[in-house]
This record gives sequence, structure tokens and C-alpha cells, in this order.
Amino acid sequence: MTAETLDSRRRGIFESFLDSKFYRRLSRNFIYRYVIYPVGQMLLFVALAAAVLTLVAYGIAILFPEPRPNIVLADQISKQLPGMIISGVSIGFVYAMIALGYTLVYGVLKFINFAHSELFMLGAVASFFFLSVLNTAGLLTDVHPVLLIIVMVLLSGAFTGLIGVLVERIAYKPLRGAPRLVPLITAIGVSFVLIDLTRIFAAVTINDFNLTLPTREIPALAAPVPFQFGSTTVNVRVSSIIIVVAAVIMLLFLNYFVNGTRSGRAIRAISQDATTAGLMGINVNLMISLTFLIGGAFGGFAGSLYSLNVGTINPYIGFFPGLKAFTAAVLGGIGNVTGALLGGLFIGMTESFLNGTLVYFPALGQRYTDVFTFGVLIAVLIFRPQGLLGERVDEKV
Amino acid sequence: MKTARLVTLAGSAALALALSASLVGAQDSQVIKIASQSPLSGPQSVLGIAIRNGVELAIEQNSQALNDLGFTVEFVPYDDQATAEVGVANAQQIVADPAILGLTGHLNSGVAIPSSEVYNENNLVMVSPANTNPLITDRGYPTVNRICGRDDLQGPTGAVIAANDLGVTSVYILHDTTAYGQGLADYFRAEAATLGLTELGFEGTAEAANFDGIIQPILALNPDLVFFGGIYSQTGVFISQARAAGYTGLFMGGDGFDSSEFAELAGDAGVGTYYTTVAGPASVYPNAAQFIEDYNEAFGEDPQPFAAQAYDSTVIILNGIAAAATEAGGLPTREAVAAAVRATENYEGLTGTITFDDNGDPETAVYFAVEVVSADPAEWSNNTIVASAVLPSPLFALQQAEATPSS
Repeated sequence: MTAETLDSRRRGIFESFLDSKFYRRLSRNFIYRYVIYPVGQMLLFVALAAAVLTLVAYGIAILFPEPRPNIVLADQISKQLPGMIISGVSIGFVYAMIALGYTLVYGVLKFINFAHSELFMLGAVASFFFLSVLNTAGLLTDVHPVLLIIVMVLLSGAFTGLIGVLVERIAYKPLRGAPRLVPLITAIGVSFVLIDLTRIFAAVTINDFNLTLPTREIPALAAPVPFQFGSTTVNVRVSSIIIVVAAVIMLLFLNYFVNGTRSGRAIRAISQDATTAGLMGINVNLMISLTFLIGGAFGGFAGSLYSLNVGTINPYIGFFPGLKAFTAAVLGGIGNVTGALLGGLFIGMTESFLNGTLVYFPALGQRYTDVFTFGVLIAVLIFRPQGLLGERVDEKV
Repeated sequence: MKTARLVTLAGSAALALALSASLVGAQDSQVIKIASQSPLSGPQSVLGIAIRNGVELAIEQNSQALNDLGFTVEFVPYDDQATAEVGVANAQQIVADPAILGLTGHLNSGVAIPSSEVYNENNLVMVSPANTNPLITDRGYPTVNRICGRDDLQGPTGAVIAANDLGVTSVYILHDTTAYGQGLADYFRAEAATLGLTELGFEGTAEAANFDGIIQPILALNPDLVFFGGIYSQTGVFISQARAAGYTGLFMGGDGFDSSEFAELAGDAGVGTYYTTVAGPASVYPNAAQFIEDYNEAFGEDPQPFAAQAYDSTVIILNGIAAAATEAGGLPTREAVAAAVRATENYEGLTGTITFDDNGDPETAVYFAVEVVSADPAEWSNNTIVASAVLPSPLFALQQAEATPSS
């Protein structure tokens, strides 16, 4: 999705195809560059992750055909496969959207914005208040559900984007020249401040800790959509479909923004060398603010969509998704936008497959899901410290 | 010069006199403090605040006996945040204050067990309104008591109802990995096995928001009943998501489900859920009518479960202090208070008649099985009681068996 992947240096076996006149014309075509290519990439990642994990799952089923009496693992996997893939893809896209925020900020400032998970949480909380206000006004069922969700997601994203810019201006900008550890610690502090401010706000306004979205009032969201896969019927929740569709659309916009606009090019230039970019006439401060706006907005989009799926949120929900998204960003190669997408989908799907299969091993169980997920992370990073799609950066001495 | 010295002398004498007078004054009305520990913030605060309110009301209404003995009673609520570390840190503070002679708490067994180690080392009496884990009292500490039932009797009650009344043949068991949730799930599991129910899974999860992955195997195994040993803030969300994902069987849980917040979180998916509890809604207790009225007046809402239990626990402590103070003819020691509380016999409380056995369990406790009837939180107190049983504590049952020689 980024320029690196379109880079002519890494063409491998497709060299002759990539050199052909046809491809050169194609690669300059707008629709191909900003729609077909990135969508194809996402489909490829999903298919790849699903195929690898399915093979691993059946491989385990061959090794342990009957981990528990009366349970044939292969049969269970077959029954659960569509459900596991769908839930994995939907949570994977959520992780990917959060991971983008980490990776964009890392790209321009070379620091991990640990307050980003709180922007995700704020997106969910903003959606709750938006829907609650509409519900109290009695307008919730009058508005067309598609319009409602689009407005909700965009408003939440706009809100968290602004908060992101604000946080950068107040907390990070004064520390621009400080050692890298200083803004990192500040980010952790900001994270706590945002959590507790949200807590106080929720306590003062509605005096409740668990915020339940009034999505049950919307009939279009309530009933699951049945899909037939062979002999098994899978009920797919409408919110899962919304997550995937919305995430794909937004990722297309992000891809266009980063690779197709002047501002995007400016951000990429800053990520390569901020000083030189400044000398070339790029307004570095403005572009950094813009990065926080976009990154924060994506966190908010993700939070908003996630809240639709889970139904009940609280000021602490940001922590684990944030941690896993950060993992996804590192797994994909921090600073690399495509890597964040791949990492997010990979972590989400791995988690879903582990949740679906560990149940049948009495000694393990689902509580070990995270252990295995992070074990995979460690294993990948031992062999590719730069992440799956990261560039190897030689240490400057 | 001489006059000046005289004045100083007279001044200091007056000061000393005033000081001693004020000391005597303090002696006239000594302060006794009662502490409470429960989660006042965070996801479980609805129940935690109800416990604090119950204690507050009890102190307001029942301090007369101690006032007559020349004491004023103060209330110090602590927030344990449903977290063991916070509970223990608070416990250290509580035992360090010599004026605190009794404690009502906690909500969570996982917090109560380590915190009560601190109380017991310092002889501070604790009466628990809500902790059901057997280990609370099975350690045999002289200071630790509870007025509710135990999970080793509550869990099996659920299993019996599932097998006999609901006609369930297969179960999938979940727990929240805490001392309470896992303990309850273990007891449910053991009894379910004895009754011949097929166990399709036994899982622990601390997940609080996104249950998608956890639900997939449940859909594939399609059990008749999902039992969840956990607290409403987690289980309510789980149930709403499991229903939305297409699970059609029954849900069951323990007293952790018992809060009107459950109805809010689970919505329509929660209707028809069964839970066992050691604390019926305040409305089932004939003595509690006045309490419900007073509680409403003081706090502007209906009492949540465990508010009446907190009230009873506190009254038992106040009575214990009064008895110990009368005997000592002044401020009693913590040991004396603990002994007096343990000696409580046939105390007529809001929630029943309480006599402690030698471990600090009530000799008999009532266990309810309740069905959720409405998704409206305001209707929570109208949930149907499908069964109730009075069961003796294990120690009391043993004593009964010994007292009646088998023929």
C-alpha cells in the first residue's frame, strides 16, 4: 500500500511482468493504484492468514485427533472455520486501524504514542454519547441506520483526531528535542489522564461506569445475518460486516492520502528525514499535527466500530486492544503502513483461531491465547527484528 | 519580674487544666469507627456502593446503645476497587487506626481472602455480607465471619436445578479466573458431573469486552446451558454477544449476576437467564420493608442486592462492640469484640436469623434460584424465585450429625 511496495527494487519473480508496458500503464491508472491494488492486497493478506492458520489448525488436528474424549478436533474445526475467520477478520481490521495510528506517529516522530489506545477508547465513548443523545431525543429509529453509522463513526473520528492534535500540542511538542524516553513516559502519563478524565466525565453526566450503547433499539443491527457454508450455517453479526466494510473504505482513503496527495508525500518525506524535509519547504509542525489528526481519527474510527460490536464499553477498554495493535504494528514493521494492516489482520486471526481450538485441550484453554499470540510475535521478531514488512535499518555508529 | 513569673505560672496551670478538661471531655465521648471495604469505583461499583450505603444506614439507625455507653460511632468507607492489592493496602491502613473496631466487607472473595489475613493478624473483626468462597471461613480464623451462604453449596444448587428442573443434559462452563468465579464454577462442575450432565467445556477468561472468539466453540458444541461463574459486568456483556451470535440455549450463573445492571448490560438476551444467589432481593425478606423505605429515602433508589446484608453485618458488629464494651466497662479490645461477634446467637436481622458456627459461617443459610424476567433494570426486584432451599453450613451439618446418633 505504500510506495515501498510499489518500489522497483523488490520485484522478485514478477520482474518481467512488472517491466512490461502493460503494467507500467496500469500502475499509473488511478483506479488501479488506489482501489484495486490496495483491495487486492487486503484480500491477499486475509486469504494468506486464513490459509496459513487453517493449515496449522488441521495440522494440529492430525497430531492430536482426539484431545478430549468424544471430541474429534478436525470436525470441530470444520464446524467453526467460517465463524473463526469472520470474527478474526473483523477484530483484525480493528487492530489494523489502531495499529495505523501507532505506525504513522512512529513514522514521523520516531516515538511510540502510548496514549493512542485511549484515543481508541474515546472514539467508543464518543459513539456512546452520540447514540445516547439521539436515543433520548427519540430520533434513533427515525434516522436511516447506514447514515446513522456513517455520521457516528465520522464524528467519533473527528473528535479523537482533534484530541490527538491537542495532546501533541500540549504534551509532546514541548519535548520535541528531549531524549526519546521522555515523550514515551509522557505518553503513558497522558494515557492515564485521558482515562480518568473520561471516568470523571461519565460519572458526572450519567453516573455509570459501564456504558451500554443503545444499539438494541436499532432493528437493523439486532438480527444476525445467516450465511450457509456447506452444511453449517454461520450467523454473522451485522456489526462484524459493518466493521469490515467501513475499515476497507477508510483504509482506501488512508492509502490515497499517504500515497496520492501532497500532504501524504510531505509526511513520508518527514518520516525519512525531518530536518531535510523542513529545508525543502515542508511545514514540519503542521504535518506532524496532521499526522496526529489522521492517526487519532483512525483510532476513533476503530473505537467507534468496536463499540458497535461489543455493545458495552468502559473507560478501560483501550488497554488490551491498544497493546495488541501496538504488537501488530511492530509485527508488521513499525513505521510501515502496509505492515500495520498485515500485522493487525494476522494478530486478530491468530487470536480467533487460538480461541477456537485451545478450548479442546484440557490442560491449556482459552486463557493461554495471549501467551501463544505473543509467542508468535517473539518468534517472528527473532528472525525478522524489523518486522514482517519492515526495512532493515543499519545501525549508524 | 516576680509578677510576670507568677502570671506565666498561672497561665500554664490554666492551660494544663484546660487540657486535662478537654481530655476528660474526650473520654466522655470516645470515638469508635466502623470501616467498610467494597468497590466504590469501577465496573462493580453498583454493588459496592450498595454495601457502603447499607453500612451507613445501619450505623445511623443502630448506634444508640453505644451512644448510651458514652461512645460516638463514625463510619469510614474504603474503596477496594475489586482488586486484591488495593484491598490489602486499605486493610493495612484500617488496622493501623486503633479507633476502628470492626469492618464490613468485601464484595469479592478474591479481595476478601488476602485482606482478611491482615485483619486477623491484628484481631480486627470482619463480617462479610457477600463473600461466598468457602476459604473465607474455612481457615477457621476467629475474626472472620460472613452472614451469607457458601459457593460449595451454591454451585451445586445451580447444577441440581439445571439437571432436575430445567432438563439440561449438556453444559459449557465459563469462569472469570477469580477466586470467586473459578471457585463457583468448580463446585458447579463437580455436582454436574455427579448428576451425569455432559461437560462440553471448562474455560476461564478475563476478557471483558469482545467475546467473539470465545463464543465460536460454544456455537459449534451447542450446549443446552452455559454456566458462567463471574460478575455481571462481564457476564452481561457476554450473554448479549452470545445471543447476537446465534446461541439459543440457556444461561446460568451465581450471585455475581445479581444486580439490576445485569439487565441493562444483557438486554433482551438476559431474559430467561437463571442465577443462584445467597441474597434474595430485599423484597423477599419480610423484615426488610422498613429498610427498603429508609434506603429509598436516604439514597433515592431501591437497594441493590447485598445492601440489606451489609446492614445486618454492621448491626452484628455494633451489637458485638456494645456487648464487649459493657463487659469491659469501657473501650473494649479488638479481641473482645471479635469474640462477642462470633458469639452472636439468634440475631433477628433483615435477612433472617443468624447464629455463627465455630468457623464464622451462619449455621443455616438460604439459597435461591432466580430467573430474570425483564430487560428493564427497574424490574430487577421482580425477578421470579424459582426455588429456594435452607442449607446448613458444613460445620453445623457435621455437628447435627454427631448430635443425632445414627441408629
